Amino acid sequence: MQSTSHSFKQNARDALTDAQLQKALSKMRPGFQQKRADVVAKLPEFDDLRDRGRDIKNHVLENLDFYLERFESNVVANGGHVHWCRNAEEARQTIMEICRSVDARTVTKGKSMVAEEIGLNEYLEEHGVEPIETDLGEYIIQLRGEPPSHIIAPAIHVNKEQVVEAFRKKHTDLPPDRALEEVGDITDEARTQLRPKFFAADVGITGANFLIAETGQTVIVTNEGNGDLTQTLGKAHVVVASLEKIVPTLEDASCILRLLARSATGQEFSVYTTFSSGPRRETDLDGPESFHVVLIDNGRSAMLGTEYQDMLRCIRCSACMNHCPVYAAVGGHAYGWVYPGPMGAVLTPSLIGIDEAGHLPNASTFCGRCEQVCPMRIPLPKMMRHYRAKEFTENKTTAQIRNGLGIWSYFAKRPWLYRQSTKLGAALLRALGGKRGRIASLPLASGWTSVRDLPAPEGRTFQQLYKMSGHGKKGDA
Amino acid sequence: MSASEKARPRVGLFVTCLVDLFRPSVGFATLSLLEKAGCEVVVPEAQTCCGQPTFNSGDFRDSRDIAANVIAAFEEFDYVVAPSGSCAGMIRAHYPELFEDDPAMAMRAQHLAKRTYELTAFLVDIMGMESTGAAFAGTVTYHDSCSGLRELEVKTQPRKLLAAMDGTSIKEMPGAEICCGFGGTFCVKYPEISDKMVTQKAAEIVESGADHLLAGDLGCLLNMGGKLKRLGARTEVRHVAEVLAGMTDQPSIGEGER
Repeated sequence: MQSTSHSFKQNARDALTDAQLQKALSKMRPGFQQKRADVVAKLPEFDDLRDRGRDIKNHVLENLDFYLERFESNVVANGGHVHWCRNAEEARQTIMEICRSVDARTVTKGKSMVAEEIGLNEYLEEHGVEPIETDLGEYIIQLRGEPPSHIIAPAIHVNKEQVVEAFRKKHTDLPPDRALEEVGDITDEARTQLRPKFFAADVGITGANFLIAETGQTVIVTNEGNGDLTQTLGKAHVVVASLEKIVPTLEDASCILRLLARSATGQEFSVYTTFSSGPRRETDLDGPESFHVVLIDNGRSAMLGTEYQDMLRCIRCSACMNHCPVYAAVGGHAYGWVYPGPMGAVLTPSLIGIDEAGHLPNASTFCGRCEQVCPMRIPLPKMMRHYRAKEFTENKTTAQIRNGLGIWSYFAKRPWLYRQSTKLGAALLRALGGKRGRIASLPLASGWTSVRDLPAPEGRTFQQLYKMSGHGKKGDA
Repeated sequence: MSASEKARPRVGLFVTCLVDLFRPSVGFATLSLLEKAGCEVVVPEAQTCCGQPTFNSGDFRDSRDIAANVIAAFEEFDYVVAPSGSCAGMIRAHYPELFEDDPAMAMRAQHLAKRTYELTAFLVDIMGMESTGAAFAGTVTYHDSCSGLRELEVKTQPRKLLAAMDGTSIKEMPGAEICCGFGGTFCVKYPEISDKMVTQKAAEIVESGADHLLAGDLGCLLNMGGKLKRLGARTEVRHVAEVLAGMTDQPSIGEGER
């Protein structure tokens, strides 16, 4: 997917002035946040589960080669194939070859973020294969020709009227004056549109929430059941998954499943949890003739052993973005690539580089809510800070910030000089504040005063007054 | 008070750069509260800043130099107390991390980290204070500053002391734990996003119906206070230490001479 992360600032400005988007984003607090809080409060062992989930993934990341090979041998034993792909190009070509092998004209797709990452839909279209998104949110944004703005609620930025508009524009086979006012009308229409497409598709492509090493199974969770139809009705089932999705055992998958839905949607469990164990066997009534797992690295193995390894524990639940005040202000598209919010602020620079995505780890107040709700206890602010450090040491921090910091630390390291300059600063700012006690416009601090007043200092520094009060003598021994 | 029966703990007061420059009265209120709790309070002159501006901008080398100054100036005390969750959090949570590769400094950083506290947490959790004995007539709403809340678990302590005051009633606002949009350099690097966040915060403060906004961190207070004033709101904004110490003679934050 093409990135616009470098123009995050402008993207954010556009998002902040988009009234419709702002209305959609205002529903995050009563929605995702409250639901997660309620369901977590009902599970006393939730924090213990988080520790276990973290430990499982840490163990996997320390032994990734072992578990991936184990997974592969079990997939093969079940009659499936594993395709190892180093990058997006290899993954796209591999999937295209599978499509060609069954003369595919259409493919249905379950929701997959890594498919977005490798730009799969555009590639298939360019090569004469029509991809059809079957998750309702993904279907809506496919009709609208835009990328997802959230990793589990891809159309969270869209309102009902916009959905109706997209349906009327694209479903031209239906009478233009049909009723589409109720949500039920809309979902019925999506269903009648998608139903024949499930049956006609030659290949079904899904993502994976887990790859289980001991059984060679892949797992998806959905709430619409679209994944099941996608993967059982085509001639081939292709699972696209990045390599950190691996867990050792069924037990481990069960543990993390207990964290996933609670953290994501505030459900105890997703409506459908589907285990795929390979192609249709002779005794099976249905299922695909062939089963392929396209295992994608695309930059992940380079994160192993670095400050960013912990990011590979991420299970894509979206709790971090659901609780992020910056995401709530600008929405997902502003981040400019596949993964928005705090997890995107770490993953995006890891996968496409700090030059392109440098804004993302900077656009955080370090409020820490993301880490507080992360089911895998990923230290997101710490990793964002490491990206800022990387920028700083590579001389990529903006000159304005760099100079400001330079001056600040020069004084902060010299207490006497610092005291003299703060005395001056306090008096000067006090004078600028005048009788109102606040400053409405300050040229060197326009970032502050453009949106809020600067409360003026009292006029003397604490150190100054403390000394004058006679207190200081006993303390300076 | 029970602490006065014990030896008086020697407390190094970390004033914080913002209190030193913008609002010394918070420093004096802190001093008064600590003395009331039975501490001997010392203000080392060699203090400047805890190093957060450089640390959070990724300049770890200068942060280490600044942190080393703070460690040298404060390691002799029984406790270090700051009227700020974010500065206390910096010392407690991040100084040891800064010196991970320097075992000798890491030990000194750990030593200091363990005895560093945010003011209200220190008064309640360490000194066992039940009430400050001061009175304050008014309704207040309390904003939980992020670092204090999430790095140091400061939540009940300021409320406990406020609830014990004569004449004070607390009106909670719904998003008290949501960031105000200050974020240090964030607020000037991304002013439009910061503005969106502080605008929503200001609206919730006003909706709470409280006539005073209190918090434990001056950075957040300057941000929220500056926005409330820009919007023409009447809410008076103060650091919680001023109210707890009964030292509210100074005009509130962003307010001129009365």
